[in-house]
Amino acid sequence: MTLDVAWAVDWVRRSAQTVTEHRQELIELDRQIGDGDHGENLFRGFSAVVAKLDALPAEPADIGEVLRLVATTLMSTVGGAAGPLYGTAYLRAAKATGVTQLDSHGVVALLEAALEGIVARGKATTGEKTMVDAWTPATEAAVTAADGGASPAEVLAAAADAAHEGAEATIPLVATKGRASYLGERSAGHLDPGARSTELILRAAAQAAA
Amino acid sequence: MTRELAPVALVLVSHSRALAQGAVELAGQMAPGVLLIAAGGTDDGGLGTSYEAVERALVEATQDGRSAVVLTDLGSAVLTTESVLELLDEDVASRVRLADAPFVEGAVAAAVTAHGGADLGGVLASAVHAGSTFGDAAESPAQAGASSDDGVLRAVAVLRNPLGLHARPAAVVARMLAAYDARVRVNGANAASVLELMKLGAKQGVELHIETEGPQAAEARDALVAAVEGGFGEV
Repeated sequence: MTLDVAWAVDWVRRSAQTVTEHRQELIELDRQIGDGDHGENLFRGFSAVVAKLDALPAEPADIGEVLRLVATTLMSTVGGAAGPLYGTAYLRAAKATGVTQLDSHGVVALLEAALEGIVARGKATTGEKTMVDAWTPATEAAVTAADGGASPAEVLAAAADAAHEGAEATIPLVATKGRASYLGERSAGHLDPGARSTELILRAAAQAAA
Repeated sequence: MTRELAPVALVLVSHSRALAQGAVELAGQMAPGVLLIAAGGTDDGGLGTSYEAVERALVEATQDGRSAVVLTDLGSAVLTTESVLELLDEDVASRVRLADAPFVEGAVAAAVTAHGGADLGGVLASAVHAGSTFGDAAESPAQAGASSDDGVLRAVAVLRNPLGLHARPAAVVARMLAAYDARVRVNGANAASVLELMKLGAKQGVELHIETEGPQAAEARDALVAAVEGGFGEV
């Protein structure tokens, strides 16, 4: 079993839907330890992506083309750090997926490229209370699942579950990267909004594949 | 505006449109010959950084063969600029440098250096060095580079300006000296740095101890003494 362009399009639409549903929650999370714009920014960004998808004259040629559209749109429309971070993630993922079908190892390659992009752009590592704390366990879980012979849908489900665990694990952490780091010790006790939105987006990917 | 622009432009990227424009205004006052472009706020005027605004600014800054130094404020301004550079034409991106420097001080210092016709590396170094002028002026590169007293020319001139060595005359000194192949110190401060000169807090009536070295040490010394004694055109 493999994932195709229709899956990628569905993933994007489901991502837009989930950030819309969780817009207020993300705003609240970011208000506690950041500048409060994460929910609004992602809502605006993914709404713009869907508008561009709807306006396409023809079905995208491959999965990478869908992800590239997401990347450039998020970079242009999301004002905060999430724009360049997610934008670079989708851009690197697009470079790794210039194909029409993804098998389990293709899904792993997509996730690994995205994580690499986020780390390259944000210079963050695990334990700093950022989206890297959700992306890293998600990618590791995907590798393990794919190596164990799991289907692409199962690989994405494993990644989403691990992203959830990783996001929850950011609660006690003290932020040392990003806007929340200005709060120092006071950042502890709050879920990182970037880790939460990562979980939502990976869950959308798994649901689109199910 | 028919005057020719300096070969290095500055792009000031801020989360706030007003902050970017204010920094352009401040730096522009001291460096009228430099193309300064503000890229602040989101496209709808809110707080944030705009990929498209930064891209537009970089393309304009690098036209006509110019290079550009970018100064940024908070984190995502850096991320947005790096993202633009990753996707920009290699020909343009190769002429752009992102300065790890304080936004306002770096912009002022870099603008004055650029006004003197410095190259990309020189303008970048000026911006980056602006960060360390908060510390001890004795750590300036000009002093570190002075290995011996041999070949150092000295002069003393009395500051005549009622307001002392404030921003405008400091900028005049830094700009003027950029024309000479010489290292110049005033009371120990690197005279190529507007910020170091301002930090001296020199008031009217104080003696400025000028030290110059390099191939054009004598010319630089004489020009500086004449400017000080002329009150920088203010008295």
